Amino acid sequence: MSTQLSLKAEFVKGLWRENPVLASLLGLCPTLAVTNAAMNGLAMGLATTFVLLMSSLMISALRNFIPYQVRIAGYIVIIATFVTVADRFLAAFLPEISATLGPYIPLIVVNCLILGRQEAFSSRNGIGRSLLDSLGMGLGFIFVLVALGIIRETLGSGSIFGVTVLGDWFTPWMVMILPPGAFLTLGILIALANWYNDSSSTTPRSTDKKAIS
Amino acid sequence: MNYFLIFFSAAIVNNFVLSYFLGICPFVGVSKRVSSAVSMGMAVTFVMLITSVVTWLIYHLILVPFEVEILEYVSFILVIASLVQLVEMFIRKVSKPLYDTLGIYLPLITTNCAILGLALFSVLREYSFMESVVFGLGAGVGFTLALVIMAGIREELELAPVPKYFQGAGITMIVAGGLALAFMGFAGMI
Repeated sequence: MSTQLSLKAEFVKGLWRENPVLASLLGLCPTLAVTNAAMNGLAMGLATTFVLLMSSLMISALRNFIPYQVRIAGYIVIIATFVTVADRFLAAFLPEISATLGPYIPLIVVNCLILGRQEAFSSRNGIGRSLLDSLGMGLGFIFVLVALGIIRETLGSGSIFGVTVLGDWFTPWMVMILPPGAFLTLGILIALANWYNDSSSTTPRSTDKKAIS
Repeated sequence: MNYFLIFFSAAIVNNFVLSYFLGICPFVGVSKRVSSAVSMGMAVTFVMLITSVVTWLIYHLILVPFEVEILEYVSFILVIASLVQLVEMFIRKVSKPLYDTLGIYLPLITTNCAILGLALFSVLREYSFMESVVFGLGAGVGFTLALVIMAGIREELELAPVPKYFQGAGITMIVAGGLALAFMGFAGMI
């Protein structure tokens, strides 16, 4: 048990270092599909985080009762139940967003991010630790979705969260809110994350090298 | 809507991978070699065909008559998971060579969102039985097409000097963006 991370590290790792999208490439389908506007990205991120938190809670609580052989089927049923809850909630209280996101809300069921966390973490850890892990991963997911949404909405429609920020002089890049824009933006974002990780971890060493040479 | 239009729309114009972003995980993961891309495409097409038949029957013969449509997601995903298991066992019994080709890819299909997406879309669009079968076939062909094209590009890409930070996932996304742009050229055809 001494190898376990501190509670804070458990929470923080999902935000950047093990970010579900940028580092592990999990949950790409919703990441690409719903980020044509910042609001949609935020709604999707929140819905996914809700499902992730609730499933982690259930699965870590039940982890000693679910037989090993049928665990995946069990996880999927639990996840699908909470997705149904989230879907009905959105349809009842936020019908506009529910209509925009359409089938991508039920598709949270097969978001590999959620099943991945259950299999890799919640099925082996206590409730508190699992919730922290899920919260970190969920926030990391929301962060990427909103960032993508803001970039694509700004360039594609000249607005952020529906508020116009670029004036009449700006000709919207239609391609950014269409499917190709999603792939291109995420590709560049992943490259930027690689560059940032690389430069922030090797900067001290490279200056050392310079001093030596 | 006639069958040809549904097939063509699912396979090319509204390609599952490039315009609905369904099945991105295998699209990124299994598109390094053309041969494995073809096998994966075949396995997915096969499962899609069966899924479209079975989920249509379940939705219209069980969920609707008993008014339990709220169980749609739970029952669909369970059915898909067991279907994939059944298909795997069936192929192993019937054709050993085919099982060896598809083997490792079959279990991965359960978490392929394209399969569940297919079932959800055909309920959402209120397709008749035949229409949803054609839709499933078209989606499978479209998925295979996207995967094989991508694998072809990535085989060439290995010899190209890709900028350091774009290597791996980054350049794959950029190439996929280019492919999606190309497929958008079909947009006006329906």
